[in-house]
Amino acid sequence: MKNIKKLLPVFLACATITLGIYSCADEFLEEVDNYSIDSETYFNNEDDYYMALIGAYDMLQSTSINVLMGEIASDNTLCGGEGSYDTPGYQQVDDMTHTPVNDQLQRLWNWMFAGVNRANYILEFKDRSDFDGKDIILAETYFLRAYYHFELVKWFGGLPLKNYEASLAGEGVRFSPGDELSIPRSSIADVYALIESDLQRAANSLSYAAPQVGRVTRGAAQALLGKVYLYQNKFSESAAVLDDLIANGPYTLVVNYADIFESPGENGPESVFEVQYTDVEGAGFDCFQCSEGNIAVGYNGIRNHTGPVYDSGFSFNVPVQEAVDAFEEGDSRKDVSILDIEAWAAATGATYGIGYEHTGYYNRKYIARKGDLNTGDQNLTNPNNYRAIRYADVLLMAAEANNRGGLDDVKAQTYLNTVRARAFGDSDHDVTATGSELTDAIYHERRVELVGEGHRFFDLVRTGRAAEEIDGFELGKHELFPIPIEEIQFSNGNWEQNPNYSN
Amino acid sequence: MSSLLNLSKINSINFVFMKKIIFALSVMFISFTTSAQNITVNGTVQSANDGLPISGVNIAVKDANKGAVSDFDGNFSISNVPSGAVLVFTYLGFETIEVAAAEDLSVTMNEDNEALDEVVVIGYGSQNRKDVTGAVSVVSAETIEKLKPIDAAQALQGTTAGVSVSSASGSPGSGFNILIRGVSSNGNNQPLLIVDGYEGNLNSLNPDDIETLTVLKDAQAAIYGVKGANGVILVTTKKGKKGAAPTVFYNAYTGTQETSKKLDYLNGSEYAALVNESFAANGQSLPYPNIAGLNNTDWQEEIFDTAMITNHNVGVSGGTENVTYYLGASNLKQDGIIASDKSNFERNNVKLSLGVDVNDKLKVSTNLNYYAVERRTINENGLGSVLFNALNISPLFATDQEDLNGLLGNEIINPLSQARDTYNTYFGNSIEGNFQIDYQLLEGLKATTRIGFKTYSDSGKNFSPIVFYGDGKVFNRDRSEVNQNKVKNNTYTWEAFLVYNKQIADHNFTATLGHSAQRFWGDGLFATGFDVPNNSWEFADISMTTGTSDALTNSSYIYDNRLTSLFGRIQYDFQGKYLLSAMIRRDGSSDFTAENRFDQFKSVTAGWKLSEEAFLQDSNVIDFLKLRGSYGTLGNNVGGNLFRAALSGEGAYVFDGALTIGTALGALPNTNATWETAEKIDIGIDAKLFNNKLEIVADYFVEDREDLLIGGLPVSGILGTSAPGSGSPTVNAGTTRSEGVELLLSYNDNISDDLSFGISYNVTKVEGEVTNINGDVPLEGGGFSVGQPAPSRMEVGLPIGYFYGLQTNGIFQSQAEIDAHPAQNFTGNAPTSPGDIRYVDTNGDGEVNIDDRTFIGKPLADYYMGLNLTLNYKNFDFTSYMFAEIGKDMVRNYERANPNVNRLDMYLDRWTGPGTSNTVPRATVGPNNNGLFSDFYVEDASFLRVQNIQLGYSLPSEVVDQLGMSKFRVYATVNNAFTFTDYEGFDPAATTGQAIGGGIDYGFYPVSRQYLLGLNISF
Repeated sequence: MKNIKKLLPVFLACATITLGIYSCADEFLEEVDNYSIDSETYFNNEDDYYMALIGAYDMLQSTSINVLMGEIASDNTLCGGEGSYDTPGYQQVDDMTHTPVNDQLQRLWNWMFAGVNRANYILEFKDRSDFDGKDIILAETYFLRAYYHFELVKWFGGLPLKNYEASLAGEGVRFSPGDELSIPRSSIADVYALIESDLQRAANSLSYAAPQVGRVTRGAAQALLGKVYLYQNKFSESAAVLDDLIANGPYTLVVNYADIFESPGENGPESVFEVQYTDVEGAGFDCFQCSEGNIAVGYNGIRNHTGPVYDSGFSFNVPVQEAVDAFEEGDSRKDVSILDIEAWAAATGATYGIGYEHTGYYNRKYIARKGDLNTGDQNLTNPNNYRAIRYADVLLMAAEANNRGGLDDVKAQTYLNTVRARAFGDSDHDVTATGSELTDAIYHERRVELVGEGHRFFDLVRTGRAAEEIDGFELGKHELFPIPIEEIQFSNGNWEQNPNYSN
Repeated sequence: MSSLLNLSKINSINFVFMKKIIFALSVMFISFTTSAQNITVNGTVQSANDGLPISGVNIAVKDANKGAVSDFDGNFSISNVPSGAVLVFTYLGFETIEVAAAEDLSVTMNEDNEALDEVVVIGYGSQNRKDVTGAVSVVSAETIEKLKPIDAAQALQGTTAGVSVSSASGSPGSGFNILIRGVSSNGNNQPLLIVDGYEGNLNSLNPDDIETLTVLKDAQAAIYGVKGANGVILVTTKKGKKGAAPTVFYNAYTGTQETSKKLDYLNGSEYAALVNESFAANGQSLPYPNIAGLNNTDWQEEIFDTAMITNHNVGVSGGTENVTYYLGASNLKQDGIIASDKSNFERNNVKLSLGVDVNDKLKVSTNLNYYAVERRTINENGLGSVLFNALNISPLFATDQEDLNGLLGNEIINPLSQARDTYNTYFGNSIEGNFQIDYQLLEGLKATTRIGFKTYSDSGKNFSPIVFYGDGKVFNRDRSEVNQNKVKNNTYTWEAFLVYNKQIADHNFTATLGHSAQRFWGDGLFATGFDVPNNSWEFADISMTTGTSDALTNSSYIYDNRLTSLFGRIQYDFQGKYLLSAMIRRDGSSDFTAENRFDQFKSVTAGWKLSEEAFLQDSNVIDFLKLRGSYGTLGNNVGGNLFRAALSGEGAYVFDGALTIGTALGALPNTNATWETAEKIDIGIDAKLFNNKLEIVADYFVEDREDLLIGGLPVSGILGTSAPGSGSPTVNAGTTRSEGVELLLSYNDNISDDLSFGISYNVTKVEGEVTNINGDVPLEGGGFSVGQPAPSRMEVGLPIGYFYGLQTNGIFQSQAEIDAHPAQNFTGNAPTSPGDIRYVDTNGDGEVNIDDRTFIGKPLADYYMGLNLTLNYKNFDFTSYMFAEIGKDMVRNYERANPNVNRLDMYLDRWTGPGTSNTVPRATVGPNNNGLFSDFYVEDASFLRVQNIQLGYSLPSEVVDQLGMSKFRVYATVNNAFTFTDYEGFDPAATTGQAIGGGIDYGFYPVSRQYLLGLNISF
């Protein structure tokens, strides 16, 4: 008993000390050093908005696979690569055998939605601070949201859109977990309505000169708006905005077509909107979307090339004979667009490897060139900008809108022949046709002017010609790509698969 | 605290020093005895084992308050003993005997093996081995001494039931993965490592400084709460012994190393014939029209070296009545067997352990360990690694030839050039240790406080010179750069606890109550300089560089994780026969939100010593038998800071032609994130039979691991999580179950005075399975070949990280066989021809495609075994340690898919026409589906490895005495002597340790075979 009496105070003292220590625990656990910025208390000054805007632009670089896969999907090129097993996602799209199980389509879906989300992050906090020039940053953000949405609607059709009505009014909010279960896919028309509204808002606030090269201009917003109208066959709206751009914008065609696609030609007078890339930062295969370089260029590159001018690459996206033959005699664009590798090897002594589906041709506009930094992995860090919207494209779209809308074939001819005159160096090749013949001429011109630039498949689809031109293309199915199977599963039945794809 | 307490107990039963201590005590004791009547007993005590006198035996006169203690010569004398009285002889480690008093006595005492049982640390305390109620294994210094591990983790390899140790590389200084009872987590499966009470690592310790490694495998580890789920390894370092004269020791070994395996690859003409055949098969012209007299470089011969290894270890230990000390220093140098000037390792350690008894109540002790490491490495275990290149490069190339024409594609270069152009260096050092105060507050109540710490700093430098290996090679560099980094990691563990022992009649209680606070923090700084002068390693330092880059080339990080805990444990036994313990720990972790950061972990253990019951007490067979069981919950503290909505994404774009860095959202936060929880049950028996010669330990265990933190759990892409630097929220979304049995059989016998032997065998069977993933979406990982889907998966109903690919069924011998088989349709529409692999239509839909992928193997073994043999004959000692893993698979992924690479000689058995082969497909450069991930690329990697064979000779004690020494032993050892396996690759035992994506072989750097000569001296 004596012992216990002695023990008690000791125990109590120890317990008090121990509990005392413990009560400090919360403080101890809270005091941790951490340099992270909380995303929900950001946007406190102009810098914060600008920095977040850079983040929203960043996802544009991941559209290199959109361009690559879009071209592969068309009748211009075959998939190629190392072997039949090389990047199955691309191979399937090439063969029109793609199913909802396709990791490349899933990447495209994911990355474009990441872009949407980064734009909406800014818009979610658009009223948190005020400063001069905020309307410019917000206008760029609207453009970017529209750009990502447009890519998505082109590939997949109707999309889930959060807070749709508010978004039309210029608001934005990020998706949060669970939205995939409750937010339905909006109709294609509704998606386009939001894209139009964002682009109008952007065009209204922006000017033709951007604060920095690479940032969005009024011209870019107008051109994209005109394109979006055209995709919906809204010819008069398209013609109106494109005519306005042609009349009032600062753009001209580059005299020498070949100059456009070389490094000094980047952001030139013909560049309406250009996705910017650089070779200063390394990249790896585990994160394509992290690359600051143009992935497609390395993929398009000549397999095991040794010789002048070009670096080697992975021999994807190889043009087919039919695309080469689409060029008329005397068209200066042919040798700029298509590299005949056998002729090249014969002329220069270069050697090259034979990849899968070797056609003898390479997509010369976007294959790797020597002279860049070759930062590792050099195939993923090519600095070639993607000329997303060229003035020639604007002219051809305006021609098409004026012609197909029955608005003004003369104007359409003028636009078309401006492009042709540059290509042939004379006016002997001017098109004088009208009506549907003119339409066909415009279609043809789009193919040869824009070959290798990722537009062809969507041009064929929107004009209803895809089934005639693309092997394996099924009407009523392949106009849209399938929603990735994973997304269908995540939505737990909330989203329906696109027509005629089975999950 | 626990460790010191244990050590004092271990010391007290130590053979060498026991006698002196007990003599000292006996002197004290004798001074209390009084003189009286009757007879005077004079006698001697000797050991039945060796016939040598025993000093310090306590001799008590039964029912009388008197007695004596034997002296150095075993003599004792007790006067005034009533005639007819009974004398009780007790001595630690010997069976107590009672002898009738007589004037002249000669008493022989038998060793008591049970009493000699080790004391086992169990975390914040220790227990006699026989009282332990959890599943515990112990590896002693003796085993470490035999195995000569470079890293102490290797001492657990094959020696401990339930523990498997693997390495991702045999490169000098590379780390080890320790698994206790398999893989339960998709994340971290590494056990908690506690060194003398603080959280540490094995790699910074000199294995020779370790006294014991104690592995807590079951719910008994709940005293470590949120960090105990993967098991706990308690390291007790060596200390001095009280009252022991200084012992100086010097241990050294030196030897050579060579590769333990070279793969059988094609020689020049075999290679040329295969390449010719594959081009011909596609209708192309023969690259080598004349295959005679071609160059034949054996690249493995060129790349593998014989390398040196040397280890020195010197120190002194001892103690006085109040002070114990241990001082040690060691140096280890190991060169790599590949490019030894570019792949090597040197480690230095200085160790100090000091204990001071200030007075009867107050004890102070400290342990300090300084560690310094220097290391150089080459590119390993990946596409583009030196070995990968050595295997794939053409044997027709000369050793100094570059693949300038791109014959081998962009990813294969000359491995010798690659090694030549590799420049890096790494230096790290740490100081770690503890400081502890024990105070005896009252009888039976002791307070302990201690602080353990470790601070590790390292700096690394990597120089990438301008190199050109041919157009398009991914290894080319146009611009030199040097990357430098400095990292500092700090931890401390501060603990204060009370231990109270109380005996009330037959009831024994021990209560432990304490508090612990831990902090782990550090930072890293990384920088890059461009344009190194002269493109030379000599000038490779940022201070010398002049170039700049538009990209962000500097970075840093900081981290800070804290844990605060309360813990308590009650141990109770009745008559030492029925044992019960219960423990609880409440942890709070700064890694989680205030709402989610606290939780309790609890466990109970129980034991019943059947051998002490009447019905077994007199058994001639069973010397000891205990049934034990444990149940409890433990945590795995992963998933820190997941709740933070950090702006940590990557947002970078080009404005005005320059890369401009912005901000972007990081991974989606999960405010509900918490740690993993394990629920563990263990039932086991401990038995000793046949005069303690045979020891059996058997366990059945089952663990449910819940709330697995599943990072990268796929979420809808609309959330934007695939943006650079973003990610899906890591959520507690998975459950696994592991179930298994462990068995240890150990037999030791002395056949004669000159001959004794021991044999110990252990086997563990573990079956793991994923029991639930929310949403049922399989997680993927790992990589196979290039551009193919992930080969490893975590999926409900299957083991974590199983291999998911196509199942094969031989080779198509003819077109008729192809026509009779469901069509093989894969992306790219490559045709199927005779000689191609026949895949199984596993889903039976009449078509073979990518949806027919299925389970084709798993990286983890079903059975882990160890067999350890020791044999002593006169002054010779022989040891052999072996371990085996049965039922594991490995993916052969070191073959580059390229028509001109070299191949394994198994391709000599390729299909060349009907009936020629049903296992290896034809050679062709044409489109085919044979490269798809299938069981053709999955090999059985079961193996048996003879890890250690050692023969030693000790000089006889007479000679050693004359030399003024206490020990002089020389030995010869072969480490990693043989591996028996069907696996084609370098090392079936290797794995990267990833739960999902492990067991994929890009050409593992093989563990070297070592031939060592060594010396142990002490005086």
